[in-house]
Amino acid sequence: MKILVGYKRVVDYNVRIQVKPDGSGVVTDGVKLSPNPFDDIALEEALRLRDKGIASEVVVATIAPADAQAHLRNGLAMGANRAIHVVADQPLQPLTVARTLLKLVEKEQPDLVILGKQAIDDDAGQTGQMLATLWGRPQATFASKLDVSDGKATVVREVDAGLETLEVELPAVVTTDLRLNEPRFIKLPDIMKAKSKPLETLALADLGVEVNDSLKTTHYAPPAQRSRGVMVKDAAELVAVLKQKGLL
Amino acid sequence: MAKILIVAEHQDGTLNPATAKCVSAAQALAPEAIDIVVLAAEPAGVAAQAAQIAGVAKVRTVANPANAHPIAQVLAPQVAALANGYTHVFGPSTTFGKDLMPCVAALLGVNQISDLMAVEGPYTFKRPIYAGNAIITVQAPVDQTVVATVRIASWPEAPRGGSAPVEAANVDVALPTHTRYVGLAAGKSDRPDLQSARRVVSGGRGVGSEENFRVIYSLADKLGAAVGASRAAVDAGYVPNELQVGQTGKIIAPELYIAVGISGAIQHLTGIKDAGTIVAINKDADAPIFEVADIGLVGDLFQVLPELERALG
Ligand SMILES: Cc1cc2nc3c(=O)[nH]c(=O)nc-3n(C[C@H](O)[C@H](O)[C@H](O)COP(=O)(O)OP(=O)(O)OC[C@H]3O[C@@H](n4cnc5c(N)ncnc54)[C@H](O)[C@@H]3O)c2cc1C
Ligand SMILES: Nc1ncnc2c1ncn2[C@@H]1O[C@H](COP(=O)(O)O)[C@@H](O)[C@H]1O
Repeated sequence: MKILVGYKRVVDYNVRIQVKPDGSGVVTDGVKLSPNPFDDIALEEALRLRDKGIASEVVVATIAPADAQAHLRNGLAMGANRAIHVVADQPLQPLTVARTLLKLVEKEQPDLVILGKQAIDDDAGQTGQMLATLWGRPQATFASKLDVSDGKATVVREVDAGLETLEVELPAVVTTDLRLNEPRFIKLPDIMKAKSKPLETLALADLGVEVNDSLKTTHYAPPAQRSRGVMVKDAAELVAVLKQKGLL
Repeated sequence: MAKILIVAEHQDGTLNPATAKCVSAAQALAPEAIDIVVLAAEPAGVAAQAAQIAGVAKVRTVANPANAHPIAQVLAPQVAALANGYTHVFGPSTTFGKDLMPCVAALLGVNQISDLMAVEGPYTFKRPIYAGNAIITVQAPVDQTVVATVRIASWPEAPRGGSAPVEAANVDVALPTHTRYVGLAAGKSDRPDLQSARRVVSGGRGVGSEENFRVIYSLADKLGAAVGASRAAVDAGYVPNELQVGQTGKIIAPELYIAVGISGAIQHLTGIKDAGTIVAINKDADAPIFEVADIGLVGDLFQVLPELERALG
């Protein structure tokens, strides 16, 4: 069985994003980039299925500018067998990403596609659901447990009401939640090994993808700031202040 | 003029308050009409509740045993079929809406506006990115259906008092059978619902154990509050996942939020930005939570919480 993993490069989650004073964007020059945390989890889950002998091949795919090769080498060092780099100079909106991933699905014929539940830059949370829809296959989003056997995946999903279990026929799209697993650390020898693993580069145009980035971002603003309030010395004073504010 | 269809969220025959919040967001567009669609095995009861939301023109129902559980790939083709004639289709930014609405958008061939937090015009909206560290203004094309999830913490529930007509809608689309609903494990709780509660008490890693969390539950009960938690507390197994507040958990806007033993990581703060008053109780005076707290108390939670309960009388 083959697994395709969406592996997006994003601004590291520890970076405190600043909006440019003229509202034209956010400052990304020189900030640390890392794999989307949910995609590291997606890759880890695919590797565990391979470790268990359920999967035979894990392919990581990214749609990113030309300088994202090192990012894909990172996925290969973590353990993916192969990488596919679809070169796109601009960030693409989820529908276009889903259409691109669909082309890769048609080319690769995976039994399972694992994506993150959201990319922590755009926080869109759309790509997996869109891919499943365009592909006409099942989806199981926000997965915190995944079991694969007999052509089916049983997925425990983190939903607002608790933990929901779905059984989906393969091929299917699964999106990861944080508690699915804890990604492994990359070891130095693996970084060396990754250098000789296959990395295929494709141009967006080669795939014949219809780009539909119809949403225009016209302005960026910093969020409303909350400011430091008062400090109280003990529980009695806390209650007094809450009463004064009419909250008790 | 805008005509808006809202997908109702419901469970066990009860309409989720998120639906009335979507109605508020829809009203901000000053539309010609707001309709709600209820997809269920037996939609009548939920439809009657939806019909009471003020400002709703019509409630449309789709009764089908396949709609007994909210399976996105089953619901989406029905919603997409019903979207014909509407300029906008909204769903809540809950796990239900986040799962479903991108499928509807894909079927309609449009991008989705996620977490709609403000309306500037019928095709111009604001939404957060980078865990709420930037707010963007987004313009959608006027010649395409706008599909959006509504960030429910940004909107009040539209009041009751309406009496919209309920009609059965006819949808004739093929539904997939590739997905089987197995079950839902939900923590039974008599406490208020975290997403709609006026008061919330949350505990973090500082609480230390599942057993110790009883001090959080006890204070919450005294205040009639819902209980929440940080990711660290959920990951450590102190509380179930549905209590997580933050970027990847629930985004909430209670009148009063009390954070106990929570450091105030950016991903947690994203979930409580819209709270009325934030109270922080933490033994570390330098914890970042104090930078955003309206009222801060430095102290050991195991000493402060019992004192607080006594002071509340
Ligand atoms: C992609 C991503 C998404 C994330 N999403 C979320 C999310 O949705 N929600 C979320 O919460 N986090 C999220 N996180 C995790 C987040 O970064 C923090 O790790 C987490 O919020 C920390 O939880 P905490 O404050 O409980 O723990 P800690 O940071 O360990 O803080 C514990 C606090 O308890 C205090 N304390 C300890 N003992 C006592 C005592 N006896 N009395 C009083 N105070 C005490 C300490 O001083 C400390 O400040 C996410 C992280 C990533 C990478
Ligand atoms: N440019 C991209 N390259 C590879 N995978 C992507 C890309 N964009 C999105 N994805 C995948 O889709 C998931 C959800 O992204 P989003 O819908 O943008 O929040 C991510 O976690 C990735 O797994």
